[in-house]
Amino acid sequence: MSEVARYTRRLVLGAGLAMTATVALGGALGSAAFAADTVKLGVSIPAATHGFTGGIVWWANQAKAELEKAHPNLKVTVKTASGAPEQANQLQDLVTVTKIDSLVIFPFESAALTQPVMQAKKKGVYVTVVDRGLTDTSAQDAYIAGDNTAFGRIPAEYIAKKYNGKANIVALRGIPTTLDNERWEAFTGVLKQYPDIKILDGKYANWNRDDAFKVTQDFLTRFKDIDVVWAADDDMAFGVLKAIEQAKRTDIKEVFGGAGSKTMVKTILDGSNPLIRADVSYSPKFIYDAIKMTAEARLKGDKLPATHIIPSSLITKENAKEFYFPDSPY
Amino acid sequence: MSTAKPARRFDPHRFGPVVGLLLLLIVGTALNPDFATWDNLMNVLTRTAFIGIISIGMCFVIISGGIDLSVGSMAALIAGGMILLMNALAGSVGSPVAVVMLGMLFALLLGGGFGLAHGYLITRGRIEPFIVTLGTLGIFRAVLTWLADGGAITLDNDLSDAYGPVYYGSLIGIPVPVWVFLAVSVAGAVLLNRTAFGRYVQAIGSNEQVARFAAVDVDRVKLLTYGLLGVCVGIATVLYVPRLGSASPTTGLLWELEAIAAVIVGGTSFKGGEGRIAGTLIGAVLLSVISNILNLTSIISVYLNAAVQGCVIIAVAFLQRRRP
Repeated sequence: MSEVARYTRRLVLGAGLAMTATVALGGALGSAAFAADTVKLGVSIPAATHGFTGGIVWWANQAKAELEKAHPNLKVTVKTASGAPEQANQLQDLVTVTKIDSLVIFPFESAALTQPVMQAKKKGVYVTVVDRGLTDTSAQDAYIAGDNTAFGRIPAEYIAKKYNGKANIVALRGIPTTLDNERWEAFTGVLKQYPDIKILDGKYANWNRDDAFKVTQDFLTRFKDIDVVWAADDDMAFGVLKAIEQAKRTDIKEVFGGAGSKTMVKTILDGSNPLIRADVSYSPKFIYDAIKMTAEARLKGDKLPATHIIPSSLITKENAKEFYFPDSPY
Repeated sequence: MSTAKPARRFDPHRFGPVVGLLLLLIVGTALNPDFATWDNLMNVLTRTAFIGIISIGMCFVIISGGIDLSVGSMAALIAGGMILLMNALAGSVGSPVAVVMLGMLFALLLGGGFGLAHGYLITRGRIEPFIVTLGTLGIFRAVLTWLADGGAITLDNDLSDAYGPVYYGSLIGIPVPVWVFLAVSVAGAVLLNRTAFGRYVQAIGSNEQVARFAAVDVDRVKLLTYGLLGVCVGIATVLYVPRLGSASPTTGLLWELEAIAAVIVGGTSFKGGEGRIAGTLIGAVLLSVISNILNLTSIISVYLNAAVQGCVIIAVAFLQRRRP
């Protein structure tokens, strides 16, 4: 009996050991094959047409400089496009001419770029998609994004708490997009729980200073009693502040921007404008994180988690220092 | 030529823009009583001033049979350039007022220079105005984006305070930009209707060959219309910069289309040869009134704003159409 038992035990153990060894060896061989090669990483992003994308371009180049210095066997190519068709063309060039093996892409438009990215992935390129997602997620290996729901939720919670559930709010929205809808729904969703908080109206100001100035002028004409302006973007907050200043309105207690631009973070840090007390982070730095994570994982032959959300946090005077990057253009 | 018309008959189509504007004013007042307040009307006129001044220059170019697609980018680059210059001078030149004056002069020179360069390429280089200005549309904005490193170029605080009154100040209750807009319009009307230059512009637009035979120096007149438009863009920028004290890659986006729309809605023929300064002024005001009314009300889904604007533009153009 014991003879049989011992034999069986040895057999099972041996098989297990063999299997482990095979897996380990295979893994080692696999990663050795990857790690020995150089990594050619392509970065495809929108051109600097406003403050935020200006930041994206700056952080992408920052990542290229730092990572290429740290890893001699890494080559990063950064391409900027001013529209979806141009980006699709650049993508083709990156795959066929530059012969990239990894790609970090911030798609100009979700639907239009899905097929081109799919084609690149089929040719064996490892794909990390940033921020604006694709319509078919099977075209990507990893997805890294800022938290748009938190971008709308955090200011709403902050306002509700600070004004004890009683305030008149006007809101400025960005460009009509799903991303803007997501933020807007999160914002209004929270405030629905507070019957004494009134959102007087929300209009599109297209993430643009000039449009924000005009829309705010008209809000100020229309509403005599406003407590808070949710500008939903720091560029727009800039136009809002100028319009309030011009109208000499004193009823407005706070302007809440968004995205944590360096001027606004500095204003919070210095306490230099009583209307600007807090902000929510949605830093273009996430492109830097995405490039770094992808490059380092690929150099080691690892994979990234399928989805990685970079949290948005509330910026106040206490923690503003951590969000202040004076060299970035945004 | 228009000055030699035999008799001035009443032409109902001439009044399309005025009728359109009056209708809009009535609608605006009915929808929101705050619409007709002095402050709101002054807000609207002030924000129209930039596009309005550019439209006056654009009116000359279109009457002469040309076009300029670059004015929005040009305004952005001039704004960025003058802010950089003023910031650089702030340390060395004593008073902020002097720095601002130099900045303003620089803006006008730069605008005039860009305009003349357009005119030169179009007349001597024999390139279509559409192509030349399509090219510079890209060049101007790209250079600004590069200068701004993709972010914003912002005016120093001290200079901002000194410069502020140019946009925010007012004379007899009327904001400075509105006065400037009026002055440019009057000057434009006089230039177009009372001078030889104005007659030449119209003659070239209606038939360039005939104008050439009539010993009009076509190239020189054309060159000057683009130069004039450039100076208008410079003036508009001088008024624009103190508003936000900054220039970014979105500054002046689509201004070219707004200016062209104002000229066309104002009754100037897109084919050239004939046009009106007063109509252009009304056209520009009309376009801002539409967006003002949309901001003051919330009847229509915000997604449809552009559709409402498009409908009004087409309706006004219909009101002032002429028989072929």
